[in-house]
Amino acid sequence: MTEKQFTITDEAGMHARPASALVGTVSKFKSDIQLEFKGKKVNLKSILGVMSLGISSGSVVTISADGEDEAEAMAKIEEAMKAEGISNQ
Amino acid sequence: MTTELYGIAASDGIAIAKTYRLESPSLEFDRNTIDDPALEIERFQTAIAVSSKELELIKEQAETQIGPKEAAIFGAHLMVLSDPELIGPITEKIETDRVNAETALHEVSEMFMNIFASMDNDYMKERAADIKDVRNRVLAHLLGVKFPNPGLISEKVILLAEDLTPSDTVQFNPEFIQGFLTEIGGRTSHSAILARTLEIPAVVGVKKLMESLADETLLIIDGIEGKIIADPTGEQIESYKKRKEEYEHQKTVLAGLKDAPSVSSDGSKVELAANIGSPKDVKSALENGAEAIGLFRTEFLYMGRDSFPTEEQQYEIYSEVLKAMGTKPTVVRTLDIGGDKELSYLDLPKELNPFLGLRAIRLCLEMPDMFRTQLRALLRSSVHGNLKIMFPMIATLDEFRQAKQLLLEEQEKLAAENIAFNKDIEVGIMVEIPSTAVMADLFAKEVDFFSIGTNDLIQYTMAADRMNENVSHLYQPFNPAILRMVKMVIDAAHKEGKWAGMCGEMAGEEMAVPILLGLGLDEFSMSASSILKTRSMIASLSKAEMENHTDTILALATAEDVKNYVAQLMDK
Repeated sequence: MTEKQFTITDEAGMHARPASALVGTVSKFKSDIQLEFKGKKVNLKSILGVMSLGISSGSVVTISADGEDEAEAMAKIEEAMKAEGISNQ
Repeated sequence: MTTELYGIAASDGIAIAKTYRLESPSLEFDRNTIDDPALEIERFQTAIAVSSKELELIKEQAETQIGPKEAAIFGAHLMVLSDPELIGPITEKIETDRVNAETALHEVSEMFMNIFASMDNDYMKERAADIKDVRNRVLAHLLGVKFPNPGLISEKVILLAEDLTPSDTVQFNPEFIQGFLTEIGGRTSHSAILARTLEIPAVVGVKKLMESLADETLLIIDGIEGKIIADPTGEQIESYKKRKEEYEHQKTVLAGLKDAPSVSSDGSKVELAANIGSPKDVKSALENGAEAIGLFRTEFLYMGRDSFPTEEQQYEIYSEVLKAMGTKPTVVRTLDIGGDKELSYLDLPKELNPFLGLRAIRLCLEMPDMFRTQLRALLRSSVHGNLKIMFPMIATLDEFRQAKQLLLEEQEKLAAENIAFNKDIEVGIMVEIPSTAVMADLFAKEVDFFSIGTNDLIQYTMAADRMNENVSHLYQPFNPAILRMVKMVIDAAHKEGKWAGMCGEMAGEEMAVPILLGLGLDEFSMSASSILKTRSMIASLSKAEMENHTDTILALATAEDVKNYVAQLMDK
């Protein structure tokens, strides 16, 4: 399993646009991908799940991927985070 | 009978048309138990597939009609339709609880809607409407009922709905939809944002809207004020038609004159500036073509808190405004508080006559430490833009000299600390007390500029409180006494090679502008929304011609005479 922390820097937090970008990125991977925020874990392939956490700007989230394509998935997540201005780290 | 309703003004503009009620079909269903879960799941998946296809179409239509940014929301809707956390629990419910698809869909989506609705963030709250929109579409397909299609409307109407869903709004043909009204929603709901993009007026959050207005009712909606008039009188229709024209004219003017200089028909240039009360107002000032900030009131920095703002807090705010204005001048008025404007943390004795009491510069000179903090913050911020400092309520030359002395002392301190500031800041005064207007020739030798504060100058000259209904008729901007005083101030400034501006409401008044142009006023500072109108007006006026009328105007006996004279001039 691979795991990484991100600080959300998008000013409006995890609103519809960044959430769709992330969900769209991970949907094509086979791995089980989870996002954890304040002790709550949701499926990163679920836009409702991700948005329901009400993640605001400045929050730290942990994303974990588990499965055969986990490394590639995590690389794509990092890429999307930067490209969409969701997180700069 | 004419009735009025009010709501939240969500998109500017005025519309006059008949209502078209957009009502959702009944989506009621029974909670049934089913025998064959596999069959029920298949029925559910078919409904999802059909809904997805529809959304794809709507998304395409939105991309071409409105734009990819607005269409993105349908991408999110499509994602909801394939969301494993939505679809999974629904099919599970059908299997284990043996309920019909309608029930399972309703219960699972309701759970998500409740999560969003209970968030303490307006944006997230409104996302509950997105889920409902998607849910209703699928539900309609499960039930085999038709979803409303606003795309079929082919005459000019004002749409009425309890709530407009994004898929409704996107089908609008702006050619026919003159505006819309909703019972729920706020300024950040999709409908409100789309209305602003389409540039059609909208009023949202109108209580009891659907029960108050029938189909084909003639309506006036005013998206600027958030007002609705049902069954208006002929007079109201005429008046709003005029306002609509003015609004549309101003919008066209806005496009053409925003970056144009303010020049009279005979080539004389003046400066049109905006009055602002906080950094938030800068954006609208620039959008309305302001060439400067002629009055930045700093009171807001001191109000709504329980202690004085620190130097650092003030520095941040001033810098923000100066940076946004760039090389354009920003005239900051030092604190004008006391008298009728109170601060909770500043215990001032009650005064019998606050307008003639300890306020503005009088208070600042009485409390030099507080004043020095503001001056220091201003000086430090001066490196970020084109700052000019203005003292309010100056009655005597002594007061100006004292205030200027404090400023010089703060400059010396900063220089000693090696802190950067602009050494050539212009320092001026507001002319709002008759004694200063009368002595303007002597003031002009010491100040860098004048800004005539007509609101107070008129009330002090006429000794009439304009808030007092019994004497408000004496509050006369066009009284020749006022105009003569304005002339004295402008002439005194020009004699010393200084400039004179005006930051009272008079500067943006249609009837006053021609007179002020003739008197040689250099800078007109007004509320941002008046700038473009004034610019187009100045372009149609000849300064030389107005100068020729000045002597005649100043020799008139009453305010009425002045107004009649100007009205006649303008009619020509």
